[in-house]
Amino acid sequence: MLAIQANGLERTFKGQIKAVKGINLEIEEGEIYGFLGPNGAGKTTTVRMLVTLLMPTGGTALVAGHNVATEPSAVRRKIGVALQEAALDQLMTGRELMILQATLQGMPDKLARERSDDLIERVGLTEAADRRVGGYSGGMKRRLDLGMALVHGPSVLFLDEPTTGLDPTSRFALWEEVSRLRTEGTTVFLTTQYLEEADQLADRVGIISDGLIVAEGTPADLKRESGANHIEVALEDSGNTEAARVALSKLGTPEETSGAHDVCIRLSDPSTGVADAVRVLDEAGLAVAEVELVRPSLDDVFMEKTGRRLEGASNTPA
Amino acid sequence: MIHASLALARRALRVTARRPQFIAPLLVFPSLLLAVNSGGLSQARNLPGFPPVQSFFDFQLAAAMSQSLLLGGVATGIAVALEIELGFFDRLVTAPIPRLSIVMGRLLAAAAIALFQLSWFVLLGLIFGNGISDGIPGLLIVYGIGSIAGIGFAGIGLTLALRAGNASSVQAIFPLVFVVLFLSSAFFPENLLSWPANIIAQYNPLSYIANGMRAPIIGYGGAEAVLEGFGAALGMAVLFAGLATHALHRRLRAG
Repeated sequence: MLAIQANGLERTFKGQIKAVKGINLEIEEGEIYGFLGPNGAGKTTTVRMLVTLLMPTGGTALVAGHNVATEPSAVRRKIGVALQEAALDQLMTGRELMILQATLQGMPDKLARERSDDLIERVGLTEAADRRVGGYSGGMKRRLDLGMALVHGPSVLFLDEPTTGLDPTSRFALWEEVSRLRTEGTTVFLTTQYLEEADQLADRVGIISDGLIVAEGTPADLKRESGANHIEVALEDSGNTEAARVALSKLGTPEETSGAHDVCIRLSDPSTGVADAVRVLDEAGLAVAEVELVRPSLDDVFMEKTGRRLEGASNTPA
Repeated sequence: MIHASLALARRALRVTARRPQFIAPLLVFPSLLLAVNSGGLSQARNLPGFPPVQSFFDFQLAAAMSQSLLLGGVATGIAVALEIELGFFDRLVTAPIPRLSIVMGRLLAAAAIALFQLSWFVLLGLIFGNGISDGIPGLLIVYGIGSIAGIGFAGIGLTLALRAGNASSVQAIFPLVFVVLFLSSAFFPENLLSWPANIIAQYNPLSYIANGMRAPIIGYGGAEAVLEGFGAALGMAVLFAGLATHALHRRLRAG
């Protein structure tokens, strides 16, 4: 059985604004699926439909085998949700929130307390559990949010931009926790603006642009499809740029440089490496200051598929 | 549903208790108005047609209670609107609980807060007035009508919050609390109000709620006022709990 399946999923808002224009998804059980897209692409609208916060206006979606439109209660019992901006009550303590969440999942009081203690320990908040959430750091709030989403052992977990605004340490801690879920067989639907996050965590990535999925596959496949490797060269003498360009054209097609380098060549053979470029330039009598082999990134994939870069050059979130 | 409603009511009470800036105005403003009115307008009780009361303070006590309960409704609305704005409401909606328990939890909490508010004014009555004329049964009537009315007023706030989705819109109804109050017989007997206020007061359910709570306090008005008070409070509670539930379903449909 697929963990998430959507066919022609659509959502039109008032004023005939079509935020999602017919999305198809097939996500296997135990898979981590990265859902990439810029703000306004339809990412959050899709998630809100899948977690039953928003009714689709077209198409169908099944989550954990249940229809989000006709069996929303059954879907809610099977999913865990950590939405953007960790929606936590600042006046409650971490433990109180965790117990409340467990209670709302139908657990009796004693079990709710035991399960809360386990989850608090798992997300590393034991010492802070009885402090009000208002005093937590961003990373602690995100970990608590994740713990609350896991309190009932959901089979499908939705994480909507879980690391937005986190410092690198908190981000890596959360990544570790998500990776651990993979080993436990939980399906994770992860939306993110950070390419590195999708690259690191996701088994497969879907790129949404203007309400449609424009690319889907494993990060490696997408990068491979996106295009060839590039060689970027900085010369000892920048006056030899044209000669270098002519010499290197044996290896591929010259392209515009990124500024820090004098020549950029799109390689026609994926097996070509730095050594080949150095040899060609040496044969032409040109002294090299620096040579770099650039492989396509998800950012390149994104650029190719959507015609724009993801906001914030988000490979390295702040 | 009961388990979830009680859990949400406990949570709402806990958070309210930790937010003194929300609870204090519910007691402070009506207490101040009670002090001002009782001090400055005390001779009003000598007007022909004014009910026989030992002190004007006793007469005004039910008005202060009504005002406090109305403000409680506004506070409930603001609290829920903030939950919507800050995303906590979405967490409740994605939980596998009956939708009605989200409304019920809030209304149960409102009833408990209403009992606390009423106790404050009963205490003021014992200290500065003549207490509850009809004794313990009278006190139970005050608590009964007041807590049911508290549910009704919270239902108004909840409906507005669920419709508007933002705290500033709910806060904007704050001045209306005073308009509704002064266009009722909460502060003055209906027969002493001029036209058209006396006509409006006749149809204003707050008049019956205030009179129903006042009857056992001053020992005047009898069973009829009490029954009308219960009827008006119950009518408001059912009507606005229903409207709040409808507003919730509407919000969820619209997303």
